[in-house]
Amino acid sequence: MRMWFVCRFCCPAAQSNSNPEWEAKVLEYFKGQLREKESHSWVPSLNDVPLHYLKPNSLVKFRCLVQDMFDPEFYMGVYETVDPSTKANVLRCGKYKDVTECGVDLNSRNTVTAERQTFYCVPIPGESPWAKEISFLSAARVVPSTSYVPSRQKRSYEEDDDDMDTQPQKQREPHTGGMGETPQIQPHGNGDSKRQETEAPSSQTTAPSDCSSHLDLNFPLPGERGPACLVKVYEGLDSFKLNDTLEIYGILSVNPVLTVLGEEKDPSLLLLNPTESMETPEEQRAHDPPASLVPRLHMLYARPLQHNNPLLPSAPTEDQSAFVSSFLVEMASVRAELLAYLTHVLLGDGLAAEYLLLHLISNVYTRRDVLPLGKFTLNLSGCPLNSYTERLYQIVQQLVPCSYRLSMSLHTMNSMRLVPKKDYVANRLVSGALQLARNTSLFLDETQLEQGQLDSSGVRNITALGNLISWQKVDYDFSYHQMEFPCNINVLVTSEGRSLLPSDCQVPLQPQVTPPNMEEYLTTIHMAQFTSQINKFRVYLSLARTLDYSISDEVTKAVEDDFVDMRKDDPQSVTAEDLHRMLVVARLLSLSLGQTTLSRDGWMRAKHIDMLRRSRTEQQKSLNGNEP
Amino acid sequence: MDRSKISTPTLRCFVETGPDHLCILPSEVDMSSPLMYGTPSSRVEGTPRSGVGGTPARQRPDLGSIRKAPQVDLHSEPPSADGAVASEQALGQKLVIWGTDVNVGTCKEKFQRFLQRFIDPTSNEDENAGLDLNEPLYMQKLEEISVVGEPVLNVNCSHVQSFDADLYRQLISYPQEVIPTFDMAVNELFFERFPDSILEHQIQVRPYNALKTRNMRSLNPEDIDQMITISGMVIRTSQLIPEMQEAFFQCQVCAFSTCVEVDRGRIAEPAVCRNCNTTHSLALIHNRSAFSDKQMIKVQESPDDMPAGQTPHTTIVYAHNDLVDKVQPGDRINITGIYRAVPMRENPRQSNVKSVYKTHIDVIHFRKTDEKRLHGLDEDSDQKLFTEERVQILKELASKPDVYDRLSSALAPSIYEHEDIKKGILLQLFGGTRKDFSQTGRGNFRAEVNILLCGDPGTSKSQLLQYVFNLVPRGQYTSGKGSSAVGLTAYVMKDPETKQLVLQTGALVLSDNGICCIDEFDKMSDSTRSVLHEVMEQQTLSIAKAGIICQLNARTSVLAAANPVESQWNPKKTTIENIQLPHTLLSRFDLIFLMLDPQDEAYDRRLAHHLVALYYQSEEQIEEEFLDMAVLKDYIAYARTYINPRLNEEASQALIEAYVDMRKIGSGRGMVSAYPRQLESLIRLAEAHAKVRFSDKVETIDVEEAKRLHREALKQSATDPRTGFVDISIITTGMSATARKRKEEVAQALKKMIQSKGKTPAMKYQQLFDDLRGQSEAAITKDMFEEALRALADEDYLTVTGKTVRLL
Repeated sequence: MRMWFVCRFCCPAAQSNSNPEWEAKVLEYFKGQLREKESHSWVPSLNDVPLHYLKPNSLVKFRCLVQDMFDPEFYMGVYETVDPSTKANVLRCGKYKDVTECGVDLNSRNTVTAERQTFYCVPIPGESPWAKEISFLSAARVVPSTSYVPSRQKRSYEEDDDDMDTQPQKQREPHTGGMGETPQIQPHGNGDSKRQETEAPSSQTTAPSDCSSHLDLNFPLPGERGPACLVKVYEGLDSFKLNDTLEIYGILSVNPVLTVLGEEKDPSLLLLNPTESMETPEEQRAHDPPASLVPRLHMLYARPLQHNNPLLPSAPTEDQSAFVSSFLVEMASVRAELLAYLTHVLLGDGLAAEYLLLHLISNVYTRRDVLPLGKFTLNLSGCPLNSYTERLYQIVQQLVPCSYRLSMSLHTMNSMRLVPKKDYVANRLVSGALQLARNTSLFLDETQLEQGQLDSSGVRNITALGNLISWQKVDYDFSYHQMEFPCNINVLVTSEGRSLLPSDCQVPLQPQVTPPNMEEYLTTIHMAQFTSQINKFRVYLSLARTLDYSISDEVTKAVEDDFVDMRKDDPQSVTAEDLHRMLVVARLLSLSLGQTTLSRDGWMRAKHIDMLRRSRTEQQKSLNGNEP
Repeated sequence: MDRSKISTPTLRCFVETGPDHLCILPSEVDMSSPLMYGTPSSRVEGTPRSGVGGTPARQRPDLGSIRKAPQVDLHSEPPSADGAVASEQALGQKLVIWGTDVNVGTCKEKFQRFLQRFIDPTSNEDENAGLDLNEPLYMQKLEEISVVGEPVLNVNCSHVQSFDADLYRQLISYPQEVIPTFDMAVNELFFERFPDSILEHQIQVRPYNALKTRNMRSLNPEDIDQMITISGMVIRTSQLIPEMQEAFFQCQVCAFSTCVEVDRGRIAEPAVCRNCNTTHSLALIHNRSAFSDKQMIKVQESPDDMPAGQTPHTTIVYAHNDLVDKVQPGDRINITGIYRAVPMRENPRQSNVKSVYKTHIDVIHFRKTDEKRLHGLDEDSDQKLFTEERVQILKELASKPDVYDRLSSALAPSIYEHEDIKKGILLQLFGGTRKDFSQTGRGNFRAEVNILLCGDPGTSKSQLLQYVFNLVPRGQYTSGKGSSAVGLTAYVMKDPETKQLVLQTGALVLSDNGICCIDEFDKMSDSTRSVLHEVMEQQTLSIAKAGIICQLNARTSVLAAANPVESQWNPKKTTIENIQLPHTLLSRFDLIFLMLDPQDEAYDRRLAHHLVALYYQSEEQIEEEFLDMAVLKDYIAYARTYINPRLNEEASQALIEAYVDMRKIGSGRGMVSAYPRQLESLIRLAEAHAKVRFSDKVETIDVEEAKRLHREALKQSATDPRTGFVDISIITTGMSATARKRKEEVAQALKKMIQSKGKTPAMKYQQLFDDLRGQSEAAITKDMFEEALRALADEDYLTVTGKTVRLL
C-alpha cells in the first residue's frame, strides 16, 4: 500500500490534463483509506520514526501543535515544462511538491497559480514520555512494510543518547528511572524520562537555541526534542488556529534542493534582483531551514486531536462511544482507586487528593464573554520542601498525557520567556513556555521562589501567569500591539503559604504521615502500582473531561434555594464567587463519578467538601494569626 | 530622437515602422502611445520647449519596468506600421493593448472628461479642504499643482467608479497600462491649461482607495497584477536600495558608449561593440548608469482584520522614488498598489526549482490612517466601513424605544445586575461630543467620561473591566499594581540599529480615542497616579525626556476599579476614607459607583439564578436573550463616528435648572453641593445618551437620564455616612461639610479650654488631651485632638513640640 502511495504521487500530472476534479478525488480516496480500521496505524509517524528512516515522498503522519503560521504563498499549481531534446510540452502538477521538474516554461499560458499556507509545527509540547512510548509501540506493532524495523529503533535512540551525553548534564539523579515503567518497555523509556528530567533544569536557564547547536527549532518548552516540521496546507486554511493540536497525514518532502536554494547565492544576482535579498538571513533560516532538520510535509488531511492520550480511541467514532460506555461502568471503582493512590501520594490527605483529582479533570468547556467557565486552578499550599513537589510532579506526569513543571525560582522568572513574541527580523513567532496545547497540566512550583528582586521581565512573567489563571488567555507580544490567544491549561500551584498567584481554590495540605525518607516513600507508592492500573487512571482522567454535562431545572431550583439559605445565615460567608466555585466543583465531582447530570446528592457533596476545605483554610488563617 | 528609444523592447510594434515614421511624427508618437510614455529612454532630453515635451518624464518603477505588451488590433493581425499609425486616426477604436481590452485613445479621452467634469459636492476628505466643492474637483487640484509645483495628482478611485464604472474596472484590472494613459491625459490637459508652468517632471497620477480589496487576508492569486488597496501596519523598513534602471556600457577599445535597459530584472550585456565590432569590449560604468530609489517595507495586517486564533499576515511592499522613507515602522497605513508575484529565479546550475512565487506590492500611493490623530483633528480616521445593511440594522435598533436598556443589558451579560453601573459604562463607551474652544483660548473640552468603580473585592469589577477592554477597539488594560508611570505614559528608547531615539508610548497614549481600564487603582503608586491628573482633565500628556519635549494626545476615557483599604467596604466611612485616594483625582471622575454586595434575599435569589444559568444554559439560549457583542461593537463605533449631538434649547434650560437645583440643595445647609465640573459631567452624559439614541439633538430626556444617573452615582459615593445626606464636598475636598464643621468645633472647644486655664505658657500634651476628653460630652479621638491642635497651630495660637504644647 505504501509503495502505491509513492507511485501515485510521482505522476499525478498524468491525470491532471483531462480531469480537473482529480484533486478532490485523490483526497477522497485517502480519507476513505484512512478511515478504514487500523489503516492509520500503518502510516509511519514522524514522531516515532527518525527522519532518515523514512522514504521521501511517502505518506507519513505527524502529531503536532501549530506553533506558527507563516504567510500564504503562491505556487505553480499547474505548469508546463519543455523537454529540451524533443521540444515537447508537458503539463505538470505542482501541488504537494516543493520543487518543479526541470525546464519550466515561465511564460506558458497554461500556468495556474494556486495558494497554500505554511504552518510551523512542533511535537506537542510537554508530551509525557509514557504517551510517546505507547503511541510508538502501538504503531510499531502494525508497521510491517516500513524499511524501518522497530528493532533498529533502539539503536537510533542510543545514538541520540550518545549525542546527548556529550552535553553537560548537571543534575543526574540516582532515582530518575523506575517511575512506573513496566519491564518490557523499560530500556529506553527509562532513558527518555531520564533525559527529560536531567535536561530540563539545565536548559531552562539558557536560550532554547542551545538545544540544537546552531538552528533554533523554536520549541515552546526548553529541552524538547523531536522533529519540527513545515506543513504546507492546501485546504481549509481558516479552520486551523494557532496552538491547535493536529494529527496530520501528508507527503514527506526532504528534497536537498530546498536547502541548497537557501545557501547558494550568486552575488551578481543579488545586485540586480533585490527581490531575493529582501529576506534577512534570520528570516531565511526561520523559513527555509535545511530539510534534513525540518522536513516539509504536504498536508492531505488533518485531524484535530481532542486529546493526545494514546490509550483512548482518538476519533469520535462508534468505536469511541462503545469504549466510553464500557468504561463508564468502571468509572466509580477506578475513581476510588485513583483517590486512594493520590491520598497516599499527598501524604494521607484525602481532601487534598479529592481536589487534586477534580483539578486533573477540569477543562474550560465554554466562555461567556470574557469569562472562561470550567477552569479550576488549584493552589496546594503547605507543601513540604525538599524535592517533594518535584516528586509530585513526576507522579502527575505519569498520569496526564501533557504536562510541564515550571519551577518558579527568581532566576527563571526573570530570565525565562513565558509569553511568545513576534520576532520581526526573522518574521516568526518566537515561542514561550506558555504556548501549550489544550488541557496541558502546568505545574507551577512556587516553593522554589525565594526572596529577591523581580526585574521588569519577571513582573511581566508573573502578570502573564496571573492572566492565564484568571482569564485562561495569553497575550502574545507583537511588539506594536498585543494579541490575545485563549487557552485551556490546567494550572496547579504548589506553595508553602498561600500562593501569590490567583487561584480558584486553595487547599492547605495536611499530611497525616510524615515519612522519614520522602523519596523512598513516594517511590514505594509508585512502584506498588501496576502498569495496567496506571493505564486505567490515565484513561479515566482523559475520559472524564470529555463527558457532557447538564443540570435539570429541578436541581437548578434547589441550588438557588440553597444559596439563598446560606446567605441568610451569614451573608459574608458565601459570596457570588463561592457560588461560582461550588458550581464548578459540583460539575467536576459529578463527572468524576461518571454522572452526566447534577443530582441533589452531588450538589450536597460538593457543598460538603467545599465546607471542609474552607474550614481548613480558616483554621490555617487563625493559626498563622497566632504566630508572632 | 535617440535611436535607443526605438530599440527598446517595450516598443515592439513601432520597431518595424522604422525611424522615419517616428521622425516625421514625433509629437504624435510622444503624445499618443502609453507605451512610449515613461519608458526610461524617454527621459533623454528632447528639444527644450514648454509643454509636455519640455518637462522630463519620470519613470514609474511602481508600475513595473517591464512593459513588453504591444498594442494589437482586435482582429489580431500582426501589428504593422500602418496599423500603428492609423490607430491614432480611423482604427483608433479597434486597437487595444495586448492582453487587455484597453484602448488608449478612448481611455485617455474618458479620463480627461473625468478630470474636467467630476464634481463631488459631498466630499469631506481633508485633502479637499479649501476647494470649491461645486467646481470640478480635479481641475482645482491641477491648478494647485501649477502653483505648488508638486507634480503628483492623487485620484480617488471611488470617484472614478461613480463617474465611469468601465474606466474604473480597467484601472483596477490593468493598472500597468491604464495609469500611464492617465498620466499622459493629465499632462496634456495640464500643459494645455498652464503652458508656462515648470515642473520638476511630468505629473504622475496616483490612484488610491481602490475598493476591490481591503483586507490582506483576502488577497488571492486572482489579484495578481491588479490594483489593490489594503490596510496594515508598517513593521519594518529597509535601507534604500538603488535599483538599476539603465546600464551604461562603454567600449574599452573605441570608447563608444551604449545604454541598456533593465529587462525583467536583468541587463543583457552587449557582446559586440557596434562601433568597432570588437567582441567583449564593453564595460559597465556604474556612475553613469541610471538608478532609481527603492525601499522594501513590511506591512502586517491590522489586528482588527484578523480572525481570532490566527497570527497576522505580513506582506512585502516596495516603495519607489519619492515614496521611499514616507512611512516609519508602527505607522498604520492604507496602501494602494499593484500586487505582483515573481517566480523564484531559475538557477541555471539547477535543473529544478522551487515552485513558489514571491509576492509583493509595488506601491503607488500611501495614506497614513493615523496621521490625523497626530494633528489632533477629528476621529474619522478610525472610520469603519459599514455596509448598507449593517447601518440599516443599527438604525432599526436605534429607533426602538428601549434601546438604552437593551444595550446596557447586553453589556457584560455574565455580570449580574448593577444596572446603573452598566448604564454608566455604556455612556462612557459612547462619550460626549468633542468641542473645540481653542479659538477662544480655553482649549479642548473633555468629551470623555471617566468612571471609577469601588467596592468589595470579588464583586466582579475586574471582569467588567476585562469586558470593556475586549469590547472597544482601542482599549488598554493595566493593573495599578504592575504599571509604573512610564508604562502608562511614554518613554524614550534608543533603537539599537539606527541609534535613533524613539518615543514608545504607554497605555494612556495607546488608548487615545479609546478606554484605558485600570484595575487596582488604589495600589498604584502616587507618582504614577499623578500623571493621570493631566490626562483626565486636559486630555494630553506632556513628556520631557532625553531631549524630547512634546505633548501627546491622550483623549482617553478612564475606567478604574479600586478596592477599599480595609478588606471590606466600611459603610460608616466616606468614599475617600474607604479607598484613600486623593480627592483631586476623585473629582475628575464623572461617575463614581460603589459595587457592593446588597445582601437581601430577593437579590440573592436572582443572583443565584443568573449564575446557575450562566453555567448551564446552552449557547443558543444565551444568544437569544442578549444582543450580539459584534452588533454592540458596531453600534458604538457607528455612533462615535457619525453622531455628534448638540444641545437644544429645552435641554440647555433643563441642564441649567438641574445645576441650580443641585447647588440649592447644599446652600440650605451652608455648603456647596455642586461645582462647574459637575455641570460639565452632566452635559457629557446627556450628550452620550443622545448618541445612544442616534439623535443629533440633546433633548430633555437625555438630560433627565444624565441627572438620574449622576444622582444615583452621587447617592452611592458621596453620601455622608454621619448625616445620610448627599454631600459633593466629600468628593471635591475630601471631607464632608459636617465633618469640617465638627473639626472646627473641637478646635474651638480646645482653644476655649486653654484660655480658661489662664496664663500657662506650656502644657503637657497627654494632660491636655485628657482634659479635653473629660470636658467634652462627645467622644474625642486622638486623631480629632491632633487635628484640632494642628488647626490652632495654623492660627498661630500655639505650637506643638514633641510632647509639650506652647502658647504663642
